[in-house]
Amino acid sequence: MKAIRNYLDKIKPQFQKGGKYEKFHSTFDAFETFLFVPDRVTHTGSHIRDALDMKRTMTMVIIALIPTLLFGIWNAGYQFYLSQGQEAGFWTIVWEGFLRVLPIIVVSYVTGLAIEFAFAQARGHEVNEGFLVSGMLIPLVMPVNIPLWMVAVATAFAVIIGKEAFGGTGMNVFNPALLARAFIFFAYPGDITGDKVWVAGLTTGQAVDGFSGATPLAHAAAYQIDQIPPLHDLFLGFIPGSIGETSKLAIFIGAAILIITGIGSWKIMFSALLGGLTMSYIFNLVGANPYMEIPPLTQIMMGSFLFGIVYMATDPVSAAQTEKGKYIYGFLIGLFSIMIRVFNPAYPEGTMLAILLMNTFAPLIDHYVVEANISKRMKRSAKLTNA
Amino acid sequence: MTKIIKIRRGLDLPLVGEAEKVVTGYSAKTYAMKPTDFAGLVPRLRVKEGDVVKAGSPLFVDKFNERVTFTSPVSGRIEEIVRGEKRKVLEIRVVKSEMDEYEEFRKGDPASMTPEEIKDELLKSGLWPLIRQRPYAIIANPDHQPKAIHISGFDSAPLAPDYDLIIHGKADEFQTGLNALVKLAPKVHLNLRKGEGVSKVLLNSKGVQINYFEGPHPAGNPGIQIHHIGPVNKGEVVWYLRATDVLLIGRLFLEGRYRPEKVVALTGGGVKKPQYLRMTAGACMEGIALQHVKEGNYRIISGNVLTGTNIGHNGFLGYYDWQISVIREGKYHEFLGWALPGADKLSASGTFLSRLFPGKKFDPDTNLHGGERAFVLTGQYEKVLPMDIYPVYLLKAILAQNIDKMEQLGIYEVAEEDFALCEFVCASKIEVQSIIRQGLDLMRKEMS
Repeated sequence: MKAIRNYLDKIKPQFQKGGKYEKFHSTFDAFETFLFVPDRVTHTGSHIRDALDMKRTMTMVIIALIPTLLFGIWNAGYQFYLSQGQEAGFWTIVWEGFLRVLPIIVVSYVTGLAIEFAFAQARGHEVNEGFLVSGMLIPLVMPVNIPLWMVAVATAFAVIIGKEAFGGTGMNVFNPALLARAFIFFAYPGDITGDKVWVAGLTTGQAVDGFSGATPLAHAAAYQIDQIPPLHDLFLGFIPGSIGETSKLAIFIGAAILIITGIGSWKIMFSALLGGLTMSYIFNLVGANPYMEIPPLTQIMMGSFLFGIVYMATDPVSAAQTEKGKYIYGFLIGLFSIMIRVFNPAYPEGTMLAILLMNTFAPLIDHYVVEANISKRMKRSAKLTNA
Repeated sequence: MTKIIKIRRGLDLPLVGEAEKVVTGYSAKTYAMKPTDFAGLVPRLRVKEGDVVKAGSPLFVDKFNERVTFTSPVSGRIEEIVRGEKRKVLEIRVVKSEMDEYEEFRKGDPASMTPEEIKDELLKSGLWPLIRQRPYAIIANPDHQPKAIHISGFDSAPLAPDYDLIIHGKADEFQTGLNALVKLAPKVHLNLRKGEGVSKVLLNSKGVQINYFEGPHPAGNPGIQIHHIGPVNKGEVVWYLRATDVLLIGRLFLEGRYRPEKVVALTGGGVKKPQYLRMTAGACMEGIALQHVKEGNYRIISGNVLTGTNIGHNGFLGYYDWQISVIREGKYHEFLGWALPGADKLSASGTFLSRLFPGKKFDPDTNLHGGERAFVLTGQYEKVLPMDIYPVYLLKAILAQNIDKMEQLGIYEVAEEDFALCEFVCASKIEVQSIIRQGLDLMRKEMS
């Protein structure tokens, strides 16, 4: 540790102004601050600062994602052996899933971080930590059979068009990970829809008789309500789906971590859940088709609804910024997720589109919340001048 | 009509080094007045090096309102006028003489004086700058008629001095000070902490409206109190000061002399034995650094750790300060510090292990704990700013220099000290207080 520090101090001058590798200042800085919290001290204002920084913040989100990742790896292996009709031990299953999931994670991180570093370098900024989270979210919202080159293209699109074009972390309008998924959905719909993509090996190989690979949502969309797995399977996650979305238990653990640490907004999660339940209940009352008649609890346990509202809707940059706005933003995400899911015939899930839609409207919600504050203040002043 | 106001948002930082309730004497060889203690002030000097002054003799005045005088806290000889960049005056240092000599001012009960006479006396003696105003958080303009005067009867900042201890037994001085202030405004509010142990001197105050506040810091900030009792609207002026400052004003009228003796809390993890010290305003820290500060690299701050000024080991107590904080300098690299469990890390978030030990006290240092980033997290500032104001929107309006938006979002109601906790909690390490001051200065320039 001391040796690393000494080495860094030795090579540091080469990366500073006038040094041989001045151009790679941002890269050096990123690695240095990764290894060591900088020795910078306060100069103006508050002399002491909270120990929380952006690296810690992003680390917490990644920790909150780990349960879903671990379960996703296991489930990828489990679904594979299930489709082959074979029995396999726990570690065999995990190993199979690991081999399927790891490449997607690696491709996502390498592509995204390379672009982040290049942009930071070109701008002379420090490298932002935002992609640490996006890089993990992207694999978790993909089907396990996604071709790797598509992951790379989608990640590049999300980072360049979705984030850097707006000015980098903190300035983006849309959640980068969702943008990556939406990109594949619209550019290569065949690889992210249907019954074959969710279970490893199904796109090329054969499954045993009776195994379709269809997700609960696909069953629901086809009105095969009796085919939807029981509630406890939906909750624990022994079902086909995107890598990270299937286990609701893992998602609840992640949500608890986000809420306890104060990093994720419970207001958004809570109001989105409420919105989803409300919409499901309204559909129950209408009951025009079998999809509408699905009980609210089953409705929210299916698909990526919970994953979306816990990890995606709470992204502070693309969500509503005001506290009152967060309630409205979350509620509408829940409402639209279920509404799009039930009404959209082309694609069984609605959460992705609902969150992206509300990302667009978040600034508008905030605008009205802040305007209300302003008009209150202006009225108070006006009363004074009239009196 | 007494009001009880409950402040819900805010944060009390649990720090080590609270001053024990013992008062000992402290005197220094050198004393100084610092024009930099006063936001936006352009000083015009009235003395040169070598001049002999008494306590209460003018050292400099406000260039734009020469009635506002700044006087010497002690009698002696002007040792040095310290200047900085562009010959900006930083300090006027006075070497204290053996014998104390005082300028004589009018002695008498302010109750029988006219407002103009009271103002005149405060202006001449150098006590006027204790009274500040919203908007802009600057020295009050004596030509204005304020809507009200607010006196904060407690300090809620980390390790803040206990006003009840300082004011105890000084009923005469305090009430005389209040008698002067009630002549200057149609209404005077005295805002006290709700709870046990509030000094009888404060509770028995006459001629003022007493309000009670409860809740975490910044409940003791005048800005927060004004916001909850009667917010400043465009075109209005509210004056404010601290209860401890009222003592100095009362003493002037009782004794006819400017004798700014203070009981200052010496606090923080860097102090050997945290306690109260009786000293005269503007005292040099040299003796404190030698006697009271632990061995090692420590920062001496005049004021509290959130809003004070780093004055160095040979600096001088600030004009408004009743507290000295000493904390460790944080100039070190921490290996993977952002990833450690952090049982000893002070944080308002729940991301460190220290969250599991409620009641634990911390000894934080001056390390920034990270690099500056764009605004990412939301809702952080709102949790510690008990005002009906959208802090991030206001800060962005200031950065964009959008005068209209600043006004609409409530710039008149705020001061940098109200945003100190926002700066503390900020995960993006944004210098919130400097931005607010920039905004106030810009607004003031625009409106004059």
